[in-house]
Formats: sequence, structure tokens, C-alpha cells
Amino acid sequence: MLRAIGIDSIEELYRHIPETLRNRAKIDLPEGLTELAVRRRLAELASSNATASDWSFFLGGGIYHHFVPSAVDAIISRSEFSTSYTPYQPEVSQGTLQALFEYQTLICQLTGMEISNAGVYDGASAAAEAVLMSRRIQPTNRRRVLMSRALHPHYRAVIATYLRNLDDVRLEEVSFDGSGATDVAELTGRLDDQSMCVIVGYPNFFGIIEDLAPIQTACAKHGAQLVTVTPEPLTLGLLKPPGQWGADIAVGEGQSLGVPMTLGGPGFGFFACQKKFVRSMPGRLVGETVDTEGHRGFVLTLATREQHIRREKATSNICTSQTLCTLASTVFMSLLGKSGIRRLAEVNVSRAHHARDRLLSETELESCFSGPFFNEFVLRARNLESLLRHCAAARIVPGVSLGQWYPELDDCLLVCVTEMNEREEIERLVGAIGG
Amino acid sequence: MRERRSNGLSEPSADKHQSEAILFESGSPGRSAFYWPVESEKGQTRIPKTFLREDIPGFPELGELEVLRHFTRLSQRNFAIETQFYPLGSCTMKYNPKVNELVARLPGFAQIHPLAPVEFLQGAIKLLYELERMLIEISGMDFISLQPSAGAQGELTGLMLIRACLTEKGNPRTKIIVPDTAHGTNPASSTLCGYDVVQVSSTARGMIDAATVATEMDEEVAAIMITNPNTLGLFEKDIEAIAAVVHAKGGLVYLDGANLNALMGVAKPGHMGVDVLHMNLHKTFSTPHGGGGPGAGPVAVKESLSEYLPVPRIVKQEDKFKLLEDCPKSIGRVRSFFGNFGVLVRAYTYITSLGGEGLEESSRMALLNANYIRKNLEKAYQIAYSEPCMHECIFTDRLQHKYGVSTLDIAKRLLDYGFHPPTIYFPLVVSGALMIEPTETETPETLDAFVDAMHSIAQEAKENPDIVKTAPHSTPVRRLDEARAARKPILRWDPTRVGVE
Amino acid sequence: MEFPEGLKYSKEHEWVLVEGNTATIGITEFAQEELGDIVYVELPEVGEKVVKDDPFGAVESVKAVSDVYAPVGGTVLEVNDVLPDNPETINDDPYGDGWMIRVEMTDEDDLKDLMTAEEYAEYVEQQKEDEDDEEEEDEDEDEEKE
Repeated sequence: MLRAIGIDSIEELYRHIPETLRNRAKIDLPEGLTELAVRRRLAELASSNATASDWSFFLGGGIYHHFVPSAVDAIISRSEFSTSYTPYQPEVSQGTLQALFEYQTLICQLTGMEISNAGVYDGASAAAEAVLMSRRIQPTNRRRVLMSRALHPHYRAVIATYLRNLDDVRLEEVSFDGSGATDVAELTGRLDDQSMCVIVGYPNFFGIIEDLAPIQTACAKHGAQLVTVTPEPLTLGLLKPPGQWGADIAVGEGQSLGVPMTLGGPGFGFFACQKKFVRSMPGRLVGETVDTEGHRGFVLTLATREQHIRREKATSNICTSQTLCTLASTVFMSLLGKSGIRRLAEVNVSRAHHARDRLLSETELESCFSGPFFNEFVLRARNLESLLRHCAAARIVPGVSLGQWYPELDDCLLVCVTEMNEREEIERLVGAIGG
Repeated sequence: MRERRSNGLSEPSADKHQSEAILFESGSPGRSAFYWPVESEKGQTRIPKTFLREDIPGFPELGELEVLRHFTRLSQRNFAIETQFYPLGSCTMKYNPKVNELVARLPGFAQIHPLAPVEFLQGAIKLLYELERMLIEISGMDFISLQPSAGAQGELTGLMLIRACLTEKGNPRTKIIVPDTAHGTNPASSTLCGYDVVQVSSTARGMIDAATVATEMDEEVAAIMITNPNTLGLFEKDIEAIAAVVHAKGGLVYLDGANLNALMGVAKPGHMGVDVLHMNLHKTFSTPHGGGGPGAGPVAVKESLSEYLPVPRIVKQEDKFKLLEDCPKSIGRVRSFFGNFGVLVRAYTYITSLGGEGLEESSRMALLNANYIRKNLEKAYQIAYSEPCMHECIFTDRLQHKYGVSTLDIAKRLLDYGFHPPTIYFPLVVSGALMIEPTETETPETLDAFVDAMHSIAQEAKENPDIVKTAPHSTPVRRLDEARAARKPILRWDPTRVGVE
Repeated sequence: MEFPEGLKYSKEHEWVLVEGNTATIGITEFAQEELGDIVYVELPEVGEKVVKDDPFGAVESVKAVSDVYAPVGGTVLEVNDVLPDNPETINDDPYGDGWMIRVEMTDEDDLKDLMTAEEYAEYVEQQKEDEDDEEEEDEDEDEEKE
């Protein structure tokens, strides 16, 4: 090969790089390993982590432990899906493109919204992108964003980070009340003709199912857009979807639908809205069309919104997204189907309510919020630290401590119960916490 | 009444272009692949009826085998690295090692929850800590964040760090200098960060020179975003001088590290005067592209920017790993939890497998393969620049123009030869660009076969241009009507709509 | 290629039809050919002010977006409401049904900078020649190689 190029050594290929750089370029890392050695090294790292299979997890807070049918991994392990690139050459990417078209449809059906994009990074950045989209749509005199304090703390942080660099937007937080939901009276009082959008969790970080009717009415009255954020979309198998409440933009985190927890990533953010806003949407869109012989096919479309064409005027800077994860959820939703997703949602509700009843009647834990919930709820402990220690000794993580984000709730625990928590496991939790 | 279809045909057909039924057109009411008995407590009676929905209209009702067949057949309509040579310039489509997949699926990585107490996640945090050290060594920088989900998010993060640093000095400034060869994410990220974009032109030799930068550099320019090697596959020779010009007026230098595959063991960005850069783990570090992600875009910085890095920071205290949230100058979070941990595990596995020498060898072979292709194609196609190329090379369709054949036609014809085309029409400064990046994981035989195909197409352009202009012929679908898709967007399946055909 | 006589033309390939104080504006046949199939048109609202030489809208094809510049300044009186649903009208009839906006001109002097049909035809020829010149050079090179 060197002869073909006309050189004597590979070094000649970078001789034009300044010597001062070349001399210091050595990468000081240990030697490479055999595959076996690599597997052993990584297995060792993996073995010192508490997993859902050898511990009892009652953890939610935006990442959920759900059953993933084996067929999901069988499909996404296919290298035709995993090692292909973004479908810029549609003639040889019909597999990915059709799957994304089906994904977009499923999200529309699940959320009750008119259109969906092909996914963004995660629920948090989806929420931030929703605010940016609202800014593109609303006139310049509307720049007040009202965000519920009951929205996931990471999501609120990411929204704040994204908005900090835009001088015209004012981000404000609205409190939650004793029911655990956004304080509607406070929200209504603060909406005015300068309001751009309202962002609420549905359900919110405390697991509470917010009543969106009065919120939507208030938004409509003042011309603000309603953005709903759903970190646990399994809820939409049973609950009234954002579209039916009149949301303008509905986003959330898709991990719970077919993606393993994996320390919180990769998952994907889903992003849906009303049809009239399509040109303001971020992210990729797959559309249906025909080829030169009249056969149906799929392409990336409305690409002129995106960075590779619009550059500084793009609706977002997003390029690589989370496609393989959205594919996993597409397979998951296909396997569960209409009856399955409802059944799984029902099981979650019944397990969680059963667990809460048991905890309230058998332990010192007390109720914290009065609002309705799906599979997550907040309880108050007398001595949270001691409780956590007792549970850890029994290899149980009973929930997420809220004090790190809500100082007024520093004795409170966010408990999540899913179909993966067996009844005897719930009894062990009750026993470990004790009276 | 919904027309029911099944996978497969009910009549024989020689037409290999049969489309695959859409999920929602198949199946039968009541069918599901999911079995779970009814729970005795009906918890949902505890949720007020106003919050409940009817069944989801149109949601699939399929059996498990139906679902498997559908998606397996869909997968067969894709090109992929594991079936075809995929020389997309600036995408680094190298082999995605299977050991990465095995490791990422270990329960100790897949079944762990980010909000579990850190003391029970020590293995995971240690992996992140060690990956940070590896990437710092490879890039020659000082500190790093693994949080950003992709290169573009890394860019935005990097620009936010710059903004935070300059704000603390008294003036965030208003402009970012971006070369005309930059990837579209560069100006898009700049705008998202509240900056105006000032474009500078490359010289006729395809590079940015310090003198041009000097004419645009002033005290309102926050930073220059530069890619090195640039999107033409050329090493920006003037980079240290450019950095000096920018630093002299208080600005900072951002490096888009998308082309890092050319630099390992060759030159470190940290020595070039770079203040902040991002790396694409789904490019240089072999994590799979997944049809469009997930990836990861870690951001590495020099000490002067380290206080602004996103939280949480990973620290080692004695032999325990902890997360630091209390960083008062941090820009905050750019995503939930830790980032795309599953992707980070794969990159860690790759780097561990290759070691320092293996990575250096990868870049050397990437350069060799790109130059081999360049030399073999330069008679049949017009090369865009006569400078030595690094890991990718660019040609144009100028020589084929006179036969009415364009870059697009050449790309589509390559599909018939069983190759994924190179990147086309990017960067914009080259008219009709064909950007070829073979990567180091290809054999000389594969490269020869690609070169032969390209020569064949050049010949066809002369003798039989029509077959090139109407390509592809042998793919699952022919050329698609993109104008129609954009004019009347159909973005979802709709049960009320009559079929397209 | 057509270059209707009764119109004036700008360097950015817009045409203007002047009727009293009203100017009807669109893009030329050359422009729509360069763009390819037009899929979307961004238009201003009635009542908006347009500034000479500033963009007042955009025309999108599948792979590109082109700003459309105001050849004259004024206030928008009318907008072609056929274009949102049928953007391809600009491809089919750029000088007729494909008109984009109608404005009430603020300054007649703006027209002085515009070209006549003849001048524009020459201008377009020159643009095409520049492209051809480059190709000729390459052909000469090819001949030398062979």
C-alpha cells in the first residue's frame, strides 16, 4: 500500500504536522488487552454495583425498573440496526426510517398529540427544547416561563442551564401545595399577557397526577402555552393523555418503555406537539413518500429546520440523537400493544397502592401528599437516616431521599413500586422498616 | 373496518421492491405479545375517573412472532457497517466491537439505578473516573465532563463554559468566529448560547490562516470554533498562531473534536492552544451509531475553565469515589443523571482493549487508508485539494459534470455496487463534495473493491450516464420523492387515510 | 429562459411589477430553476414593513433555504395565499401565479437600482458563463491528461 501511495513509511503521511506537536503526542495509557482480559476487568467493575437483580429497588425519580421482553434486545442487537448511520441515504435505510415512522405514530397515540419527532436526548433536554420552541412561536413580548417546582429537579436544572444564555427569557418557579401538585391558585395569579409557557410534570416528580384542567384553562385565558413533561410514560397506558387535556407541547423521558435503567442513560426524550407548530420543532422528522416507481418509502423530511442546512438559524443544534433507544421502545410498545400496556399500567397502580397501604398501616411512615398517584408516592419518616441504614443491611433501597432537592422535605422518601417488585419483596420492605 | 395484512405475500412476486407492511396495518383486535395476569387489587379505582383514558386507538395488536418478523425484515432493508463498507466522511464508521455490547449488558451496568446511594455504585463511578483520565490523556487537556449526550450537546456545553468564564471576567462578549468549513452544529450551538456567528473564509488551500482570523478578532469575540483536522480532512497548520491571535484579545479556542481519529499519537489538541474541546465517542471510540444515536460528546477543558464544568463532578477521596454537587461556579446540568452511561461503558471497553499503542496505531492506519484511496482515485475524479490529507479525502463531481452526472448520482450508483456512499455535499465550500473516510478497520481488499467500483462508475458516467442518473436500481426502494415529503408532510400513520399507492 | 419586458429585476433574482405606487414582487425563472422543487414559502404578514435589500421571506427546497430580498421598500398590502398550500406554483409560473407579495412603495427612487429585462438577461448569461468557463478549463486539463 505504501508503494501505491508513493511513500516509504506511514510517518511521511504526517510529516507536515509541526514537530513540536508530534514529539509530545504519545498516549501514555497501559497496553491493550486480550478480549478475555477485557471482559474480566469490566466484570469486576460491574460486580461492585448494587443491581436490581440482587437488591430490592423501590427507586423511581425519572428512571424506572420495568420488565423488558427478551424480544426487544434481540431486535436492537441486530447489527443492521445498531451499526447503521443516520438515514441520510434513505434508499438503504428503510428499516430505520420505517421503524421511526412507526415510533412517531406510537408516541402520537400514547400522548394524544398530533405529531411527534424521532426523539431527542432525554426528558430533561426535551423539556428545555420545548421551552426554546415556545420562544420561537410566541411573540417577543411574551418571555415569562412559569415552571412548577414539582417538576423533576434535574429537568429544572437543565432548563435553567439552557435558558441562562438567552437574555430575554425569565424563568420563574411556582410552588406545590399540600396535595403534592402545582399550586393552581398561585399559577393562575401569576399568569399574564407576558407569559410564554407553563411547564408541569404529568405525573410530577412526587408521583402525583396533576389535574391539568384548571391549568390548561388558565393558560388558554392568558395566551400561554402548556408544556407537559412525563418522566414515566407507562402512566399514559391508563391515564388521560396530554393531548386530551389540551397541551400544546408534550414531552418526557422514554426509558421506562423498553430501555434498561443503565445508570440513567442512554434513554431518550420524546417530543410531541400540535401539527401547526411542525416547522418550529427540533429534532429529526420522518415522513412518508413514494419512490420513482410509486412504492411507499420513508425519508427524513423538513430538514431545512435542522443544523446541517439552517446552521445558525436552525430550530436546534441536535444531530446525533438516541435512535437505537427509540427503536427499543417501538419494539416494546408493539409487543405490549393496546391491551398489554394497559394491563402493565394497571399492575403498577395496584402494586404501588397496595405497598403504600401496607407501609402506612404497618410502619412509622406517614403520608405526605394527598393527591392521586400512579406508581410513585412520598412518605415521611421519623428517622430517615436510620431507616435507610436498616434497609441497606437487608439489601433494600426503599426510595429516593428528597432532602437533597427539597429542604422542607428532608425527612421524606420518594417510593416507587412497579411490576418488578414482588409481593414478598414488599413484605420484606415493610419488615425492614418496621414499626 | 381495517384491512388486515400479514407479513409476507399472498401471491408470488418477482418484485423485490415490495414494501413492508406498517405495524398498524397488521394484527388482529385483542392480540398481544404480553401476558400478565390481572392483579386482584384494582388500584385504579383509587384514581379519580377524570384522570383515566379509554384504550389507545390504533395501538398495535400483534403476536410476538409477528413483531419479530416485522422488525427483522425491516432490519434487512438497512445498510450497516457490518454488512457494507461505510466511508462517510467525518462520521468515522469503524467496526463496533461486539465485546462492547456484551459488557454493556452486564447486569452490573444495565440494572443499576442512578439515584441509588453512591456507596453502592462504586464500580460504575470508578469506570467513569477512569474514563475521564483516559480521555484527558488522549486529548492532552486537564479536566473533563462526560455528561453531554452527543457532539452537538458537547459543543453547546463548551460554549456555555466559555460564556461563564468570560461573564465572570466582566463581559460574556457577543460573537463567535466560525470557519466556512464548519459542521452546521457549530453555528447552531453558538446561536443557542446567545452568540452571533461571524464566518471566516478558508484560503484557496482549504485552511484557515491566522491573518484572516486577526481581521475579525476583537474584544467582542468570545471564541473561535475550529475543527482540526478540518472537515476537508486537512490539518489546520496555523492553529497555534490562530490560538495566539484569539488569546491575545482575551478570547478562547474551542476545538470540534469530531475528527480526532486522525490525531491519536500524532498531535494532542491540548498542545495546540485549545481551551476546550468535545470528543465524539460514537466516532473515534467505536460506540455504535445506532441509526442515529445514542452517542456521547464529552467536553474536556484546560484548568482555567474547570470550575465551570457541569455537576456532578466525580472525585476520588482515598479509595472511594464521590460525586460533588456543590460547585458554585458550575454552569449546572446539561442533562439528567450522568449522561449516556451505556455509551461510556462501551468507549471505556474500547480504550481498555486497544491501549495507548493500539489507539496510536488506529490513527496511523486511518491516515494510510485514506491516502491510499486518495491516490487511487485522483485520476478518475477531481481531488478538491492537493494538500496531503489526513483520515479523509475529498473529491468533486467536476469531471463528471460534462456528462450530466452529479455527486448525487454517483452516490446513488454506489448503492448498486453494495457500498454506502461517502458524505455528499458537505462541506459547502466544495461544490459537489464527496468526502471519503475509510477508517482503519478496513482491509486493503475492501478499499480496492471500493476504488474499482468508483472507477466503474466514472466509466459509466462517460459511456452510459443514464444508468448512473437513474440509480439506485437494486435497493429496496428507488429514489424517493423528497419534495413531496416536504410539501405535504405525512409524519404518522393515520387509520382514516386511504393507502398511498 | 423568459425575461418578461414589463418587469424590473434585482441582482438577487427578484422581479418587480410596478403599477402606480404598488409593486408586485416574486422570484425569477432563473432563481426557481436554481432552487429546484420548492416545498415551502415563508411570507410576511399584511401590514408589515419591508426594507430595501433586507430579507422579507424565504423559499425552501428540500435541501436548501434561500432568503428573498426586498428590491424596494414599503408596506405589505397583499400576500399570495395560494403559496402556503401550493408552493410549487413558483416553479410552474414564477412571473404570474407565483407572485409573492404586493407592497405600497415608500420611495420610488428604489427602482433606480433595478435592471431592465435586457440587462437582467445579460446578467444571468454572465453568471452561467462563469460556471461554463470553469468547466472549460477542466476539459482542457482533461485533454492534456489524455
